[in-house]
Amino acid sequence: MANIELRGVEKKFGDVFAVKPLDLTIKDGEFIVLLGPSGCGKTTTLRMISGLEAVTVGQILLDGRDVTWLHPSERDIAFVFQFFALYSHMSARDNIAFPLQAAGMARHEVKERVAQVAALLRIDHILDRKPGALSGGDQQRVALARALVRRPAAFLMDEPLGALDAEFRETMRAEIKKLHLAQHATTVYVTHDQIEAMAMGDRIVIMSAAVVQQVGTPTEVYHNPANLFVARFIGSPGMNLVKAKVEPDGARLPGGGLAPISDRWRRALEGSGLEDGSVVLGFRPEAVQVHDGGALRAGVYADDLHGGYTMLHLELADGEIIHGRAARDAMNALGSAVRFDLDPDMMRFFNPETEMAILS
Amino acid sequence: MSQVNAQRGLSSRQETAPPTGRRQLSDMRIVQLFILPTIILLILMNIFPLIYSLFLSFTNYSVISSDPPVWVGLDNYTHILSDPDFWHNFATTGTYALLSVSLQTIVGFALAMLLRSKFAGSGIITTLVLVPMMLSPIVVAVFWRLIFNPSYGILNPILGFTDINTSPEWLGDPALALWAIVIVDVWQWSPFVMLLCLAGLSAIPEYLYEAAAIDRASVWFQFRRITLPQVMPLLLIAVLFRTIEAFKQFDLVQGLTFGGPGDATETVSVELYRLAFQGQFETGLSSALAYIVLVVIVAISNLYIRALNRLREG
Repeated sequence: MANIELRGVEKKFGDVFAVKPLDLTIKDGEFIVLLGPSGCGKTTTLRMISGLEAVTVGQILLDGRDVTWLHPSERDIAFVFQFFALYSHMSARDNIAFPLQAAGMARHEVKERVAQVAALLRIDHILDRKPGALSGGDQQRVALARALVRRPAAFLMDEPLGALDAEFRETMRAEIKKLHLAQHATTVYVTHDQIEAMAMGDRIVIMSAAVVQQVGTPTEVYHNPANLFVARFIGSPGMNLVKAKVEPDGARLPGGGLAPISDRWRRALEGSGLEDGSVVLGFRPEAVQVHDGGALRAGVYADDLHGGYTMLHLELADGEIIHGRAARDAMNALGSAVRFDLDPDMMRFFNPETEMAILS
Repeated sequence: MSQVNAQRGLSSRQETAPPTGRRQLSDMRIVQLFILPTIILLILMNIFPLIYSLFLSFTNYSVISSDPPVWVGLDNYTHILSDPDFWHNFATTGTYALLSVSLQTIVGFALAMLLRSKFAGSGIITTLVLVPMMLSPIVVAVFWRLIFNPSYGILNPILGFTDINTSPEWLGDPALALWAIVIVDVWQWSPFVMLLCLAGLSAIPEYLYEAAAIDRASVWFQFRRITLPQVMPLLLIAVLFRTIEAFKQFDLVQGLTFGGPGDATETVSVELYRLAFQGQFETGLSSALAYIVLVVIVAISNLYIRALNRLREG
């Protein structure tokens, strides 16, 4: 197993940055997720780690060994492709055996290793079929088996569940996570699905426009987004972001409501050097507490029942819509007025100019 | 008002309805009308001669004699199969087919591998390589006779033979003549193999090679386990076509050596031509020989097609 270190790695296609200089250390045995919208450079980063793509500038170290200019075959990594990349003319068994045979391993040993990994992924019964005759989920299992059978230092996975049906995706997500826990192999996982990222990652690297926006645990990126992009991107729906003005008694929301601010945030905001006190106030839907005695007012614009809870769409006095989470059985007629409070501990503030989070 | 409209609508519908006479031309009828001329032509030009020549192959018929065909049973077949001269023709054809098809396969596949990656001018080079394929075999035979010519041909000087007395006589030496035809056929038809291989190669997705690079496969291992099996179906089709053509080889031989020197390059087709259209015009005997060739070609094609199906089903 290995740690992976990227030092000032960047990639340019012509004059365009696919990845701007990036520093990242991935610890041994860590499950790290590269997350971002399409075209943000996450797959390019992964392909640079694998060696399928050459870096423009920078260094890549695997366990302290400089592999920047080594061929993919010399890096001891396995790669799981989005569209499986199985060898269509070979049976599942031969696909899995391929990396071992390429290394010239003895026949009985190959057989043993393939049997082991097939048992682990529970694909023993499909080994003699060709990829074309397998379901998407089974194809991906074979691709995973081909990666696992090598016992490489690190696994790189490029949206491995992207080509699967929603139903399979859920199952495979759990399987991959379980495999990771069992193997404890360093894994770099690329996805554009933030739910997947939150569910699987030890740490998440959020990228946008070729730049890393934030690196942190799922809890960190969810509760303390580093900037407005991360606040919007993580969570569904994303964080509520409203323009507000900091006043002595609290934060003045658009349309007049005043939300009290905790002392900790008051000190932080005073120290942040904002000129006229205008900030972007951010809060998650679960920070919204609807009750009759609330200090803030809004109209119910829509409510979606999500089974376990209700997601309220609340219209503030200036027409802005925010999302609030309410109990499953809360009855709110559309258009009716509600009162709510914001949990002061769950309020976050952003500099409207730089879009960066104000730290408490 | 609405009533008037309704009536008008009704009457116009009646007007657009097809006249009862034409309605009887059903889809089936149209299909038959289109197919019938083709079927008649096929029967006249292919099926009838096929069956008629099968009949003639059991007779002693000759087109230049006024005698009607006389049934001789299997005599023509036993005559052919017991005559060493015919076996020599078959052996020559087999040797020729084996040499020419295997060389074309190797050269064509190698060319395809070279032209597979795009480089400056690769498009024009591919087109130029395909030119021989577009020429008529007789034209090819005529100018290769000039190239092979021992006195002023260009091939011998290129190969380093400058002394006319010791330089090889490509078309005059019984040991070389078959090779000369093989060389010309390879020159003309390797591009065909290349074309099919190129199509097969370009259909191999790039990610398979990426996966193979990750799987630490050497270049040779990639070629053996990915490139070759992926191209194999198309390569087999190319080989099938070329084998059938090689067994029918006539025009190149006729243009280059006329089957000579002696009978060194006398393929079955050349012998067939001589039997049928020269000397005695032995129509019955030549029909029998043609049928033997047909059976051989069908048998060989079947082997290939079986191999192809095995590849596909795996």
